[in-house]
Amino acid sequence: MTVTANSNASNQTELISAVIDGIEIRVPKGTLIIRAAEQLGNQIPRFCDHPSLAPVAACRMCLVEIDGMPKPQPSCAIALTDGMVVKTQQSSEVAAQAQAGVMEFLLLNHPLDCPVCDKGGECPLQNQAMTNGRAESRFEEGTKRLFEKPININSEILLDRERCVSCARCTRFADEIAGDPTLELLERGAHQQVGTADDRPFESYFGGNTIQICPVGALTSATYRFRSRPFDLISHNTICEHCSSGCSTRTDVRRGKIMRRLASNDPEVNEEWNCDKGRFAFTHTVIDRISTPLIRENGELRAASWPEAISFAAAGLKGKRAGVLTGGRLPQEDAYAFARFARVVLNTNNLDFRNRTSSDEEAEFLANHIAGSGLNVSYRDLETADVVVLVAFEPENESPIVQLRLRKAVRNNKLKVIAVDSAAAPGHEKLSAELHLAKPGTEAAALSALSDKLKGRNAIVLVGERAAASAGLLSAAVALSDATAAKLAWVPRRAGERGAVEAGLLPNLLPGGRLLSDATDRAAVAAEWNVQQLPTAIGLDQKGMVQAANAAKLDAFLVAGVDVTDVAYHDDFKAALAKTFVVSLEPHYSSVTDYADVILPVGVITEREGSFVDWEGRERSFTAAMHQSLALSDARVLHLIANELGIKFADDAKSAALHKSLTELKSTTKKPAMTKVSAVESAGLVLAGLRQLIDNGSLQNGEAHLAATAREAVAKVNAKTAADHGLIDGNLVVLEAPGGTLVIPVEIAAVADQTIWLPLNSDGSTPLINLGITIGDSVSVKDAGAYVV
Amino acid sequence: MAITEQFKNELRELIARYPEPRSALLPMLHLVQSVEGYITQAGIEVCAAEVGLTTAEVSAVASFYTMFKRYPVGKHHLGVCVNSMCALKGGDAIWNRISSDLGIGHDETTADGQITLERIECQAACTHAPVMTANWEFMDDMDETKAVKLVSDLQAGVEVRSTRGPKIRTFKEVSRTIAGFDDGEVDEPAIDDAMLVGLRAAKKEGN
Amino acid sequence: MTKLVPNLSAHWDEADSHTLTGYQRHGGYTAMKKAFELGEDGVIAEVKESGLRGRGGAGFPTGMKWGFVPQGDGKPHYLVVNADESEPGACKDIPLMMLNPHSLIEGVIIAAYAIRANYAFIYIRGETPHPIRRVRQAVAAAYEAKLLGKNILGTGFDLEVVVHSGAGAYICGEETALLDSLEGRRGQPRLKPPFPAVAGLYASPTVVNNVETVASVPAIIKNGAAWYKSFGTEKSPGIKLFAVSGDVLRPGIFEAPLGITMRELINYAGGMVSDRPVKFFVPGGSSVPLLTPEHLDVPLTYEDMAAHGTMLGTGTPMVFDTSRSVTKAVVRWIEFYKHESCGKCTPCREGTYFMVDILKRLEKGKGELADLDLLVDISAQISGRSFCALGDAAATPIPAALKYFREEFESKLVGAK
Repeated sequence: MTVTANSNASNQTELISAVIDGIEIRVPKGTLIIRAAEQLGNQIPRFCDHPSLAPVAACRMCLVEIDGMPKPQPSCAIALTDGMVVKTQQSSEVAAQAQAGVMEFLLLNHPLDCPVCDKGGECPLQNQAMTNGRAESRFEEGTKRLFEKPININSEILLDRERCVSCARCTRFADEIAGDPTLELLERGAHQQVGTADDRPFESYFGGNTIQICPVGALTSATYRFRSRPFDLISHNTICEHCSSGCSTRTDVRRGKIMRRLASNDPEVNEEWNCDKGRFAFTHTVIDRISTPLIRENGELRAASWPEAISFAAAGLKGKRAGVLTGGRLPQEDAYAFARFARVVLNTNNLDFRNRTSSDEEAEFLANHIAGSGLNVSYRDLETADVVVLVAFEPENESPIVQLRLRKAVRNNKLKVIAVDSAAAPGHEKLSAELHLAKPGTEAAALSALSDKLKGRNAIVLVGERAAASAGLLSAAVALSDATAAKLAWVPRRAGERGAVEAGLLPNLLPGGRLLSDATDRAAVAAEWNVQQLPTAIGLDQKGMVQAANAAKLDAFLVAGVDVTDVAYHDDFKAALAKTFVVSLEPHYSSVTDYADVILPVGVITEREGSFVDWEGRERSFTAAMHQSLALSDARVLHLIANELGIKFADDAKSAALHKSLTELKSTTKKPAMTKVSAVESAGLVLAGLRQLIDNGSLQNGEAHLAATAREAVAKVNAKTAADHGLIDGNLVVLEAPGGTLVIPVEIAAVADQTIWLPLNSDGSTPLINLGITIGDSVSVKDAGAYVV
Repeated sequence: MAITEQFKNELRELIARYPEPRSALLPMLHLVQSVEGYITQAGIEVCAAEVGLTTAEVSAVASFYTMFKRYPVGKHHLGVCVNSMCALKGGDAIWNRISSDLGIGHDETTADGQITLERIECQAACTHAPVMTANWEFMDDMDETKAVKLVSDLQAGVEVRSTRGPKIRTFKEVSRTIAGFDDGEVDEPAIDDAMLVGLRAAKKEGN
Repeated sequence: MTKLVPNLSAHWDEADSHTLTGYQRHGGYTAMKKAFELGEDGVIAEVKESGLRGRGGAGFPTGMKWGFVPQGDGKPHYLVVNADESEPGACKDIPLMMLNPHSLIEGVIIAAYAIRANYAFIYIRGETPHPIRRVRQAVAAAYEAKLLGKNILGTGFDLEVVVHSGAGAYICGEETALLDSLEGRRGQPRLKPPFPAVAGLYASPTVVNNVETVASVPAIIKNGAAWYKSFGTEKSPGIKLFAVSGDVLRPGIFEAPLGITMRELINYAGGMVSDRPVKFFVPGGSSVPLLTPEHLDVPLTYEDMAAHGTMLGTGTPMVFDTSRSVTKAVVRWIEFYKHESCGKCTPCREGTYFMVDILKRLEKGKGELADLDLLVDISAQISGRSFCALGDAAATPIPAALKYFREEFESKLVGAK
């Protein structure tokens, strides 16, 4: 029997032929013995081996016999060569004994606490002790190594050192994959143990992965510890709702409660990692839930039946000048329902998903260059690129799996990363990025100057959501891409944003990447929707709607997934909501439900099915992890309102039908290039910043362990700016703007001139709320004296 | 003692000797011990900052090597070799005697902070077994009596000379030497009969 | 009777043997000139021809090791001297560095020249300040005499030498662990391949040689390979420093051709210290299996030691008379390996822990017969399965001791008379 590896690589790579346990196998040159054996269904036992980590051959569990070699060899570290004859534990007594010997050694100092260990039932040590170990211990009278247990290596990860087998998967993950060498092997020999520095915890946005790859129960999750047994869990394939990385995740549920979330292995997307937000932040699904429809009467909310609430909402919207605002949480199918509802039921193009700083330039960029562009740039493309330019996009905070893939490419493929941004971030260092610091408003010029570095090379430009805050930057990115043939991709922060673009949730854009301004496109959409025609006038964006409402030119809002404090004009926003009839579709009480006239509770992400579209343009479909839930989807609620109004909205509000309808509308027609926009630079000191991965975002509510891993909020300025404005490293600074003041510690760091950088939504640093300004706006500062902790 | 700017300059001097900064880490940690008396948190932090590592990385290195101590070492560090050759030739007896006299065990320091005792591994001086070290200087061909005198002399501040090396100074001073800074003691004799047994036998033969 | 051949130790009786003056008085730093005349490849050829083998324990042919370094690869090359002498029994490099450091420095110059290295490091174990002082001074003196630095002797050859201190870790004698340590990391051995000759220090081609090996090179270049090969045997040519310790009258260092016997060395050391005869001896450090009086006349060569189930190792025999307990010696060696195990691989880290646990029980008279078989079994589970040679070394003492002295072990078991 000959087995040929069935991998894409085999098409291009030279194949070699070898024999494992008497079976001939052909695999690409360079394939490790342990991987080749897997293809034969032979699981050679292993601990330190991990496909995504460099081989270390430390645990010695995977020893096999190789013809011509006097000693058993580690199959995790040796590539098959042509003609090699390997005998594993299945056909070699030497290999079997070597493995049994190593297993005996590993168990010497391992406690017999499997019945109370989280890993019990899914533990490689437990499993392999059964398959490859001795039946009885010969260490009966021995004295085991003992440690104080457990210790916190950070707020969300606990370490039981006596369970550790020193495989170093966790420390190698921290160093190689995350680039956070803050978890290390300490001590020596039999005293060797995993640990951190005395003064600092394990600091990483990706630390939770170490729990998952630990082959024993040494690393456990503070939230999951002792809460369930693996065999009591029902696992569901899910997609992470926290950002546009599109991670494939596994949600484990016990008796209707989410117990934990793990990273699933998706080689094209997140490989087998996720970030700590994706792993640990799921309590938001159960807190502050709205359990019944609510109607505001005399200023007070009261419970209502669904028929009453739907009828109330329908009456309030009927014949009104309305606008539709959706945030970033919606699955693509629900977004599509809103896009259709707005045009067909409310007869308006006043709709916008961008509950953040945005611009007309961005709307045109998204409509003309992103919508319908499909899988234009993929994770795999990042890995094979020569140069990747990050524009107003810091991946470690804003799309962490992009960060990991870039780091992998930097380490393995010599990828060069160039960043154009307002401040240096730790993530840049982990990518060895060439940093071009630019004051907000001046990035376009910095970007244009990069043209020579990209020409003739396999280059990719990634722009982030913050690019919208800088006039001219998106059109400069398009120009750079055109001039250098670099591929261009947009990496939004929120999970639902790319799907909202595809669904046409913009004032200038129809679903399927079709332009509102294009008659053919309009006709196609109208046909799919069985209506005579669509409203043709370009609608208002979010800010425009807020202004219109405050000017009494808009009567009603249909809002879903929006928090008014996500924008600098939150006071105007609140005023607009207060003046108008507001229909709010929310799972949770929020800053919008405070103003809602009717609240229609919808399900959280784990209670529904649908798909996100990740930044690549890849559809990421998921099913309901909490499938017993009776909560409705947004689309279903819209369907009910439309029915109430007697408007035929859609035949079927189910996710699959909506998805099919949206798919039918997909257009691949190339669209005209966007209008070139000129840069605008504010004079003097301006605000810069980003939303840190772990911050006050509402989807992180209720996660104290996670919150404690957030990076400390400090303002950053460079030395020159500090001197110009009399700021002192380590002191407090007071920022002043028309909306108010904010006091925060300041640090001298690598920041663009005349720029003060701060986290946009962290504890102690919420400038949009406190100052009422956003990125690129002028701000004044002064020293506020010593910072006393 | 605090980490001074001069101390940092000396760390940088060590770094400058190597093509890559991190290579200087072991000498730097010896230098930390020469001012702090052991590997302090402040010492770890300054080394981490100077070579661009995390404090976890420096701790990982420091905790790997036996010579780097986690607790304050006494004015004098005394080692007793208890590897096979020395142990059999009297090392165990020496250890038992001075450990009992001083009332301290392995890696412990007398209450007055004068002496730290350590059971040490082979010192590459088996021809001189049993061997002790005084602040890592050779104290060859020891026995219980000599060991007791060594301890009492050090306690009394009486000058003690290494059998192959200079007069005994302090743990901190020698840590500086080990870190790679000259101390002017290089010409102190390193020769004794055992080193010359072979040469004398050869000369006697006329080779 | 094999004659002693003082070479590296020839002038140790001169008070200034460690100084430049002392070294040059006897023709020091002339070999390097000859080396420059021979050219890089000529030096490698001469060292290959001399048959010099590594004196650190493994006995790998030195010239061949140098020949593995790729040429014209555009990367910097490094020479690293392993002066981390820590093996129980080994005590030859430390005296050599104290008493004749310039032979090492001249050897460094020649070896670095041959492998096209412009940077050399001498990694000295940290617990030995006096050798550190002396080697540092020798390097400084050589710089001052323009024997190191830029454009040495007008040849265009540049060489920087750094004297580096370790910090107490026997494992750093393993060459890849030494390189990690020299890079400021935990001294744990590296996965091979790549071998240091291809990717060593800073991932560049590197040769790691023992002190005595490097110090032997100047005499070979000066006197020629033929001279060197006139000593020793065909497979073990040349001269070596034998450090004899233990129950002999005058323990010390004897420089002799390979092939000298243990009996001859004991004679040179004045015989046994008492009338008690030899019980056992360990020819080359605790990592090689012990031998017994029947082996006193076996030539101390790489091949003869191998033929008798042991190794020449560092060539520093420890001699024990009949008053000595082999069990105690073995316990301390195994405790040593446990203490020095780096922790990277399971067999060495846990196997030494397991052995010490059983040996402690034996020492307390609580062992049982099955424990002896278990000890042999554990040794077999470590040997050949560990990451590096430290594990193999830890697996060595027990099988050999039990082979010759099983009764002594059995006499300490529960219920033994």
